[in-house]
Amino acid sequence: MIELQDIKKGFGDKQVLKGVSATMEAGKVNLIIGASGSGKTVLMKCIVGLITADSGKVLYNNQDFTAMNEQDKKSIRQEIGMLFQGSALFDSMTVEQNVMFPLDMFGVGSYREKKKRVLECLDRVNLKDAARKYPAEISGGMKKRVGIARAIVLNPKYLFCDEPNSGLDPQTSLLIDKLIKELTLEYNITTVINTHDMNTVMESGDHIIYMFEGLKQWEGSNEEIIFAKDERLNDFIFASDFLRDAKEMRQMEIFRDKNWRDRLKKPE
Amino acid sequence: MEFRFFYHFGSYLLMLKGMFSKPENPRMYWKQLMQQSVDIGIGSLGIVFIISLFMGGVTTLQTAYQLVSPIIPKATIAQIVRDTIILEFAPTLTSIVLAGVVGSKIASELGNMRISEQIDALEIMGINTKGYLVLPKILGALLMIPCLVVIAGFLGIWGGKVAGVMAGIISNDEFMKGLRQELRIYNIFFALSKSYTFAFIISSVSAYYGYNVKGGALEIGKASTTAVVVSCVLILFADYALSAILL
Ligand SMILES: Nc1ncnc2c1ncn2[C@@H]1O[C@H](COP(=O)(O)OP(=O)(O)OP(=O)(O)O)[C@@H](O)[C@H]1O
Ligand SMILES: [Mg+2]
Repeated sequence: MIELQDIKKGFGDKQVLKGVSATMEAGKVNLIIGASGSGKTVLMKCIVGLITADSGKVLYNNQDFTAMNEQDKKSIRQEIGMLFQGSALFDSMTVEQNVMFPLDMFGVGSYREKKKRVLECLDRVNLKDAARKYPAEISGGMKKRVGIARAIVLNPKYLFCDEPNSGLDPQTSLLIDKLIKELTLEYNITTVINTHDMNTVMESGDHIIYMFEGLKQWEGSNEEIIFAKDERLNDFIFASDFLRDAKEMRQMEIFRDKNWRDRLKKPE
Repeated sequence: MEFRFFYHFGSYLLMLKGMFSKPENPRMYWKQLMQQSVDIGIGSLGIVFIISLFMGGVTTLQTAYQLVSPIIPKATIAQIVRDTIILEFAPTLTSIVLAGVVGSKIASELGNMRISEQIDALEIMGINTKGYLVLPKILGALLMIPCLVVIAGFLGIWGGKVAGVMAGIISNDEFMKGLRQELRIYNIFFALSKSYTFAFIISSVSAYYGYNVKGGALEIGKASTTAVVVSCVLILFADYALSAILL
């Protein structure tokens, strides 16, 4: 579980995060959504400590990460897997070596066991054939998937993905969402995803945080979002006619279920 | 300007301090050190060959041109060539060239890793990136650059001999005789001290500028230019300081 308490961050006189508090639970896919430039990446980097927040606290399982010394931070980080917006693959290594790297650095076991684990992860993201290619030789979407394989190879407790499916075709994108969801449930991972992909929101958003101009504007589940009254959120999520239609269909579907009120914790 | 100097110097020292922590996996650090040594050492052999041969040749020709008096024996030319190359040309000139070759490579490699978030990715895994990326580069340079300087010294003197004999200035035997005259071992110690100092300057300054790149691809180019310029200036400054102290 990750808890954020009043995170603030500015660059120069530009206040990017103006006090964000939230709780992200284990075994759930937590989404941070918001317009481009609303501070999603900055928030994620504050959570993992790549950017130091000006004020506020980040708690990992009730341990104050922000107040830790380097050594303790390192040990928390070894439980973190992260996919960067630009994939951040090591370009001097092949795909296989990229995924192997965390295992080489921290893993135990023989070369054969490590190799088996690497191929297993590459298989999960459908990339077994590209194992010997270099990052420069594969497409952007493939890089993303290698990034995911590298992030999960050590069985992390916390998984951070910055836009895992931007630039992917809808099918691969769904595959990635499904994979992340499966992993989250299977290993009880606390997963945090930055996205503006509506499919992700609807298909796998257990807990959604909507950011607007550096503040948390709305938060709830993907069923609650269907009934959300927040105007900014609605303008952002259901931006097209197509999506508005889809929303109404989904609403009707939910109404058909007699117990829908109980399922939604807090219908607005 | 002054404040920026102190800012850079301070964060440079902090970077150096940050390099020292327990390696997460010593084997990987060792691998990285070997890799960097090969990159720096083998990668610069070609250019060191070329410059030292020509440097030696030119030194012989110009020394002979200046020593016109018939009283001075020919062998003295060889002696002067030897000392000039050992004292100044092999360590300093080679290091200036290496500042361009190795320095820009280190700065742009780290700069690229910074911009493409590879450094962040390592950091997230719980790796001390200063220790894993910067330290092996500095150690690699400290291992290899003095070797390159020694090679440059030998090749320079040999190049000087070949040029002298080819131009008919001095005979092979006279040159060899001159080489053996009054050789001071202290000079070699001085040359090696210089090469270690310069190796440290080149690698650490370039790593500092590369590691701290901010912005986009354009900044990588700027950082590597700055790294080379600052390294060169510091090399010349250190050259002067070491000469004043040690000679
Ligand atoms: N290092 C930095 N220095 C100055 N400003 C920054 C820095 N990083 C981010 N910003 C600013 O913070 C704001 C939020 O950026 P951020 O990258 O978090 O957006 P985002 O929500 O991730 O957008 P996108 O969906 O396009 O990835 C932007 O206006 C950006 O200009
Ligand atoms: Mg972003």
